[in-house]
Amino acid sequence: MELICILCPRGCHLQAELRDGQVVVSGNSCPRGERYGQEELTHPVRTVTSSVYVANGKGKMLSVKTNRPVAKESIPMVLEALADLQVAAPIRVGDVILGDVAGTGADIVATRNVPIV
Amino acid sequence: MIRNIDTVIIGGGPAGLAAACACYDAGVRDVYILERDENLGGILQQCIHNGFGLQWFKEELTGPEYAQRFIDEVEKRSIPYMVNTMVLEITPDKKVYCVNPDEGVCIFQCKSIVLAMGCRERVRGNLKIPGMRPAGVYSAGLAQRLVNLEGAMPGKEVVILGSGDIGLIMARRMKWEGADVKMVCEIMPYSSGLARNIQQCLRDNGIPLKLNTTVVAIHGKQRVEGVTIAKVDENRKPIPETQEYVPCDTLLLSVGLLPENELSRGINIQMDPVTGGPKVDENRQTSVPGIFACGNVLHVHDIVDFVSKESVIAGKGAAAYCQNRGTEAVSGGVSLNPGENVRYIVPQKLVQAEACSLYFRVGSPLGAGRIILRADGEELAAKRFIRAVPGEMEELPISLEVAEKLMSAKDVVLSAEVSR
Repeated sequence: MELICILCPRGCHLQAELRDGQVVVSGNSCPRGERYGQEELTHPVRTVTSSVYVANGKGKMLSVKTNRPVAKESIPMVLEALADLQVAAPIRVGDVILGDVAGTGADIVATRNVPIV
Repeated sequence: MIRNIDTVIIGGGPAGLAAACACYDAGVRDVYILERDENLGGILQQCIHNGFGLQWFKEELTGPEYAQRFIDEVEKRSIPYMVNTMVLEITPDKKVYCVNPDEGVCIFQCKSIVLAMGCRERVRGNLKIPGMRPAGVYSAGLAQRLVNLEGAMPGKEVVILGSGDIGLIMARRMKWEGADVKMVCEIMPYSSGLARNIQQCLRDNGIPLKLNTTVVAIHGKQRVEGVTIAKVDENRKPIPETQEYVPCDTLLLSVGLLPENELSRGINIQMDPVTGGPKVDENRQTSVPGIFACGNVLHVHDIVDFVSKESVIAGKGAAAYCQNRGTEAVSGGVSLNPGENVRYIVPQKLVQAEACSLYFRVGSPLGAGRIILRADGEELAAKRFIRAVPGEMEELPISLEVAEKLMSAKDVVLSAEVSR
């Protein structure tokens, strides 16, 4: 199977194949690419980034991310959990906004400072 | 009142922030940043997706996090800045005229200036797509600002023209916010975006990429009701028989970025017609002594880490100029010429024999081959590549030894030669 590694801007074109129950990866330029190829065929994961409304802060929106990659199929649930979320300023980069989002084990954390107004 | 400042940095985005810190660290303590927006950080503030910083910070960050790291560095050094400030004009004797709502018009007399104004999006007017002027046509970056900073959705049924990175990122962003993203059309036979964005933004979300396809008409009077798309031939002319109507209420344009050089042109800085930015030497000094440029105002980058790297060079150059170590002889030096398959090179010339890196882009997608730097026909430096595409900037490091040889050469050419 042909894959494009998404772990860095280089975007290596990978070949990943199942051989005797093992995923064999080629075309990668670093060890992370091999791991990506294996994960992509067994349990693909993605970091989710989005934004949520913020009350009484400088600016209307707070940008957020999952603090680690979540299973690809859980992305819609993560986005659903963020859809109507509103948080209050002040917020600092790294603050946990929502713990264990959608049962993924990942936390939603702030990626921006929002001072109070 | 005219204020005397050693170095003024025009633009508080990633380029300006890195240049300001580098200038300060090189010993110039009197540095001042001028920023048009209400916050420092530039375009990174609206690039809420991850993937930044792997080279510079060795970890994966979102745009606002990357910006904050540099803002923290600026604050740590107590480098002063003014936001909501528009620079109106710069002069060859290095006066900077700007205006802001609190102080009115301010004039700075500087010893050196760093241009870090970034770039602007090409818009509908640049494309000449026929049709009325309904609401619902946005540049992708504007849509990004609306969704990520203003919390407003530009539309529900979206067609995207242009597969640059912002278009790809916005395809996913709109989809994730509930829009029906119908397709991304690209007039070229390849995408100018990063391969990983094709994967994680389009393929992951089942959004089709239609290559060799463009929008030939926009329908609707008050609001966009649909677009007509068509395949193009090898000369990029639409083929009438392939026209197809696609209903939608929104068209996003991701059709290229233009370095924002009105200030530079105002004082007749020599420009590179290919990059749309000033011509610079290895210190990122322009044709006007004491004026430096870095980041997207110099040439459009695909990765912010390269912007930071480049801006450190410009910041150091601006500092050296203040400290009277500047190279006044900007008219001399050796020109670096793009050869086979190379579209442009930054810097465009070298004025001193110093180890440095050349940054360049190829003109079209290439298979495996070699990058070769030749001086008067002699091969001085080379690097292999497995593949090269116009969307990804390439780097060729130059050693001191090679730089010395280049300085005495008449004709220096960089080419990308595909293996036969």
